[in-house]
Amino acid sequence: MALKIRKRDEPWKWGALVIFLGALLFSLVVSGLLLAGQGKDALQGMLILWEGSFGNLWALEGALLKAIPLFLCSLGVAVAFRMQIWNIGAEGQFALGAIGATWMALSFPHLPWYGLMPLMFIMAFLLGGTWAFIPAVLKLKLRVNEIISTLMLNYIAILLLDYLVFGVWKDPTSFGFPMTPEFTSGAVIVGIGTSRVHWGLLFCAVVGTGLWAFMRFTRLGFELKASGEGARVARYAKIRYGLLTMFVMCLSGGFAGWAGCIETSAVLNRLQPSLMVGYGYTAIVVAWLARLEPLNIAFGSFLLAALRVGVENLQLELQIPAAFGVIMEGMILLTVLAGQFFLTYRIERVPLEGEE
Amino acid sequence: MWEFTIPLMAAAVQSGTPILYATLGEMMTEKGGVLNLGVEGIMAVAALAAFVTSFATGSPWLAFLAGGTAGLLFASLHAFVCITCLGNQVVSGLALTILGLGVSTFLGVPYVGLAAPGFDPFAFPLLSAIPVVGDIFFRQDMLVYISFVIPLLFWVFFRRTSLGLHVTATGEMPAAAAAVGLKPVALRYFAVLTGGFLIGLGGAYLSLAYTHLWTNGLSGGRGWIAVALVIFAFWRPGRAVIGAYLFGGVMAFQLRLQAMGTHIPSSLLLMLPYLLTILVLIFSAWRGRRIDAPAALGTNIEPEA
Repeated sequence: MALKIRKRDEPWKWGALVIFLGALLFSLVVSGLLLAGQGKDALQGMLILWEGSFGNLWALEGALLKAIPLFLCSLGVAVAFRMQIWNIGAEGQFALGAIGATWMALSFPHLPWYGLMPLMFIMAFLLGGTWAFIPAVLKLKLRVNEIISTLMLNYIAILLLDYLVFGVWKDPTSFGFPMTPEFTSGAVIVGIGTSRVHWGLLFCAVVGTGLWAFMRFTRLGFELKASGEGARVARYAKIRYGLLTMFVMCLSGGFAGWAGCIETSAVLNRLQPSLMVGYGYTAIVVAWLARLEPLNIAFGSFLLAALRVGVENLQLELQIPAAFGVIMEGMILLTVLAGQFFLTYRIERVPLEGEE
Repeated sequence: MWEFTIPLMAAAVQSGTPILYATLGEMMTEKGGVLNLGVEGIMAVAALAAFVTSFATGSPWLAFLAGGTAGLLFASLHAFVCITCLGNQVVSGLALTILGLGVSTFLGVPYVGLAAPGFDPFAFPLLSAIPVVGDIFFRQDMLVYISFVIPLLFWVFFRRTSLGLHVTATGEMPAAAAAVGLKPVALRYFAVLTGGFLIGLGGAYLSLAYTHLWTNGLSGGRGWIAVALVIFAFWRPGRAVIGAYLFGGVMAFQLRLQAMGTHIPSSLLLMLPYLLTILVLIFSAWRGRRIDAPAALGTNIEPEA
């Protein structure tokens, strides 16, 4: 008997789901071992994680709350990935969006919400989009690798944010803490009803549906998908690849910018460095796990947001460092990547020569 | 003038050294045709492994090796996912970085702020007496001296050994390599693992020589700079040395300006290395047009069905 790798004749129907669940299970087991290695009760830890993620209404609200920025960032990342453009810069574009929104909020504090909110969203989109536009131009005109340029711009964006909150935008009454003054009521996105979840959720639903419709029904959306097959295919299809690249990157950065705007406005009500908790990097994990599909991204964002909330619970109850959640994210992604092998290939047992 | 410049250049060599190890490691990996964006994560894990080993055994040399080994083991995940499972190289590398930063922070918690034995600078006999050059290059620690030799070994390996030639072949054209009876899969494993080992040595340098203590975020973007420097260096070890010291110089310069208490806010000074990375990429794109990139870089080898 020998094992042989064969290409599948037809795709494995439930493969993606099976692989995802398998990866989830695998990383839960390894994380449990990691907990045990720290001298904690692994089973109890997993229960606390579950309880913190999905166990009660408070947890579910928390997950929804964190899913909002994650969803927007991930949607942005996915649009670019669709075209095989590696925008790793959601983290920086998120920061720029927050900066843009804050800029407007601090400049026009007396405007009512219907005057100020549009300004904040427009500026957040513009700055986030610009932050993604730079690497797009560098890629097109000079063939500068966008993976590294978007990444470097992340570091620069975070330092820019630091510069602003430690310097020109610092609240004089903050006792030296790096933060801007609190936003006026017109700049704050409020909760839906009495819940902690705010109207940003509705915004996500609109943007998500809009993007789905755009990809499905417009010529540009079709061109975008076709370009994902490679620059050469795009050229045959007479697609203006350069223009499309710039457009997609701006869209991608703009979405992340919106996430930054919403998070600053609805959750923190001011700009401060604690805004940056790595949504932009988690967004890459979500986008890839969701196979770049908007609806899957919604589920994926909720799932990984719930994981974050659960880890916070773990942190409180068992003093587990927050990095535990990051490890799980990395592990799930790596396992899914390895597992995707089985989507295209199968392993068959073939008899050796002379064997029956 | 000199009393500012010479210490600055010596500091440039020191802070360029971890970047040099990592750049050569990534270059090794890419020569075999595999893109590894996990450098940042590998460095973080290796820095912790080296620190813990030094802390537990008191032996910096053992710790240095432990860093390299941790790098090799961690890179083997990337090798398995990309070479055996044909996973996307870009995404796998990113996952590796996320995982590595997580693991090093998570396991490093009990060590934050602690110190461990490491490597200290000493005057290299005879060579340190050379004016200027001696002061810059030969009043460093042992790991810096080792890093002088590695680019030479690297060059010899690819120019003068058949194994080096075979690795290059799998990076250029794995199908042709297989056709003449080489084993591209095994060669790629070799490139990723030795590359991981070198990257790990760079990580170890951070906790053993650059600082002697453990803090979170020790890698601080150096892994990404290394990835960019491979492009800048056109996959040649000599230019990697120049690039690494250039970055070391900017990092040292920026620290010195801060220490002198300039009026420039520190956050703006800290941007310099990242801005420089982008400039360096623009420069190499303008000069090189990527002619020397391994032709099969980033593409996986499909198994014959």
